[in-house]
Amino acid sequence: MFIANTQKDREEMLRTIGVSSIKDLLKQVPEKFLYPAFNLPETSLDEQQTARRMKTLAAANTPHLSFLGAGAYERYIPAAVKSLISRGEYLTAYTPYQAEASQGILQTIYEYQSSVCALYAMDCANASMYDGASAFGEAVRAAVRITGKKKVLCQETLNPQYLTALKTYFANSSDYQFITIPAKDGFMDTDKLAALLGPDTACVAFQTPNFFGLMEDAPKISEAAHKSGALVVAAADPASLGLFIPPGDYGADFAVGEGQSLGLPLSYGGPYLGIFACKKEYVRQMPGRIAGMTKDKDGKRGFVLTLQAREQHIRRDKAASNICSNEALCALSATIYLALLGPEGLKELARANAAAAAFTAEKLSDVKGAKLKFKGTFFNEFVLEIKGDAAELREKVLKKEHIDIGLPLKDLYPALGPGALLVCATETKTEADILRLVKALGENI
Amino acid sequence: MNDIMKLDNRLSVERSDPGRRAVRFNNLLKAKEAIPAGLARKAPPKLPELSELDVVRHYTGLSKINFSVDTHFYPLGSCTMKYNPKINEEAAALEGFANLHPLAHDKTSQGTLEMLYDLEKRLCALCAMDAFTLQPAAGAHSEFTGLLIAKAYFAKRGENQRVDIICPDSAHGTNPATASMLGFNTINIKSGPDGRVDPADLKAHLGDRTAVLMLTVPNTLGIFESRIEEIAEMAHKAGALVYMDGANFNALIGIVKPGDLGVDIMHINAHKTFSTPHGGGGPGAGGIGVKRRLEEFLPVPRVKLEGGTYRTDFCCPDSIGKVKAFFGNVGVLTRAYAYLLMHSKKELAQIAENAILNANYMKSRLQSIYPAHSGDYCMHECVLTPPAALAAKGLKTLDIAKRLLDYGFHAPTIYFPLIVHEAIMIEPTETESRETMDSFVDTMLKINDEGAADPQLLKDAPHTMPVKRLDEVQAARQPNLRW
Repeated sequence: MFIANTQKDREEMLRTIGVSSIKDLLKQVPEKFLYPAFNLPETSLDEQQTARRMKTLAAANTPHLSFLGAGAYERYIPAAVKSLISRGEYLTAYTPYQAEASQGILQTIYEYQSSVCALYAMDCANASMYDGASAFGEAVRAAVRITGKKKVLCQETLNPQYLTALKTYFANSSDYQFITIPAKDGFMDTDKLAALLGPDTACVAFQTPNFFGLMEDAPKISEAAHKSGALVVAAADPASLGLFIPPGDYGADFAVGEGQSLGLPLSYGGPYLGIFACKKEYVRQMPGRIAGMTKDKDGKRGFVLTLQAREQHIRRDKAASNICSNEALCALSATIYLALLGPEGLKELARANAAAAAFTAEKLSDVKGAKLKFKGTFFNEFVLEIKGDAAELREKVLKKEHIDIGLPLKDLYPALGPGALLVCATETKTEADILRLVKALGENI
Repeated sequence: MNDIMKLDNRLSVERSDPGRRAVRFNNLLKAKEAIPAGLARKAPPKLPELSELDVVRHYTGLSKINFSVDTHFYPLGSCTMKYNPKINEEAAALEGFANLHPLAHDKTSQGTLEMLYDLEKRLCALCAMDAFTLQPAAGAHSEFTGLLIAKAYFAKRGENQRVDIICPDSAHGTNPATASMLGFNTINIKSGPDGRVDPADLKAHLGDRTAVLMLTVPNTLGIFESRIEEIAEMAHKAGALVYMDGANFNALIGIVKPGDLGVDIMHINAHKTFSTPHGGGGPGAGGIGVKRRLEEFLPVPRVKLEGGTYRTDFCCPDSIGKVKAFFGNVGVLTRAYAYLLMHSKKELAQIAENAILNANYMKSRLQSIYPAHSGDYCMHECVLTPPAALAAKGLKTLDIAKRLLDYGFHAPTIYFPLIVHEAIMIEPTETESRETMDSFVDTMLKINDEGAADPQLLKDAPHTMPVKRLDEVQAARQPNLRW
């Protein structure tokens, strides 16, 4: 399939090469390894059958109303985003190794970096990482590299997926210490933070909103960390930054985020977008690709990949990271999304999100047997405490009403009890959707 | 380039007009908004203010000053720029796939889980591996996962002294970079004169400190490690594992199973072998295949089939954990799966056969002018060097590459592998037609003539691109990385 050569082409090409069969070209492969038996289908599907098969599989993901968040958020994707990123000129290009023939992509990377810097109020950003978790891991790695210290303080309410991924990023040595900063009433306990900070601390790493959807007092955390000489690694949901203080404003040294929030499909976990930004003094510690503006020999503006001396293809075992392919198309998607929204649209998006979650929380707290677990400002999602077991309720409501009520937290945070449920409502939820959830919980708790 | 097509590379913010709007969000749900004063954003971000048409025109315009597989021949060696079937895009965009939340209940995710399960199974069959994980987001990320698995394996066996990773000097830069991220030492072994690992040299480096031998098969010179069986045996005798960088699996698909060669761990790149688009730098999708004794270390979740129902399994006590949040780049894997459905056993073999045929065809037509690094037939790509006569005039591989752009061809990979001076690495892939390859070869021959007659023409190339050669030194010395 998708092969242009006809039998005649093949014969003529073999003649040009001077052999009689393709097998003659394979003499370097020991005969006994060639053409083994494969346990694979003898027949293939044609395009129409493939389309049908894929549709059947997609339909086996049964439609339901979902209130899941916990690091991935249902977002409306503007039609112009989908249309532009499906252009073959973007979709089917490689990393821009030949700058003169790739100015389009290089400029979009520059615009992406600029948009991230604007959103996060940071000095510089790279061309993207795999996802929020890997960006977080790489940022902590950079902080450890810069400070030469091995103690990392992490908030208790960090997305557990980030924490597990972070630990694999430090599998190179058992000397690292990951210390949990305990939470109090859902927020980082800043008194405990102060007690844990010391001259041996590399960084304080946290996310805001935290895993429970609560907006941490990031300026206070940052100030405490800096006072003790530790660096600050802050993960912020980009959609929240339309309303909330950006990491640069509280002096974060590294700011990261899950760019899926900027209009990327959920797609069962990827491809997403690892946003990575830092202060300018750390630019040479950034992993991954970076595009820069320069001039051509006639003095005309142009763009290139730059500061490549940090990267694996040059530095090999001394590289800042092994990352090669990143998430360029997802970064382009986020760039277009932000250009369509502009500063005003971003504020509206953040407001619509905050309102959806707040409205849901208000309505749900009126349900008998349900109440909000924590007090304070939240974004996207919140923890609801229900009477009984949240996991059992989830099963029941999913089966009866085709509604996924959210993520039960008892496995991740046993201390919260069996009734803790993380409920998320973004701008995609209508009043009717939310009232369906309220009714379902009211009838089933 | 005529006037109508002239370059407009103003930035989006330079087209901005205060107050102009595109996408809006009406907020119909009135709820109390309470943002503590210290946590409110003070100044709006400097983002462009544009109409929807402005945005569409801006990014459509930029797309046009860009080479891609859909528009140009892109023989970028080792990157496998094959055609990306459109049906893959349609499949991945199906709402049932695209809207599925990564923490969705297994009961509502049966379609995606079945797809992933079957994809893993097919990859196991293709590679002669016993288990696959599809969590890694790209090739380098797969290497990271693979070496983590190796580390966990040795830790469990109490062999923590195994800290060396041996790789040939022809390896991708990601191999040593990954090794050092995980605290391993990289030991480079020199390729022999034929471009292959010298078993005698390898033997001198193998020992009880060796954790993993990392090989790229076929290697980055486009040739097969003919003595791989013997090499793998030596590594195993020394107690080490054999890792295969599968970036070049396009040359083997359907004709050789890496597991048969003695490989214990290998990765695949969805965007190379399995036709998923590279998107100008990603997203890719990786995958790691392992032999049975390493299965317990694979990242979680695993997809299991029990009584006709698929489920995600997080309970694997010896698992390395997670290398990224959630499952993997499932949207990319969906495309790879659609591609596999369209290929029977025989058709899979035709991918490798035609990739090899095309590369050898180009090599045989070019090598009398552009000397080949290796005298052997190549696999899916060939490494050539500039004609001596051009080199004598001070012309470099870079000049030839830039001149190719003027003729509407993306340049091959250049200056890689590092062990070949002035390398030109050409990979046509199986999807290119003979006419396209002939036209590229004719152009390469013409460039040789041009270089002989007027070297400056090449040194100043490209002449027809939106910009001329760019000042990379200034870009690095005074970085301008944002507006």
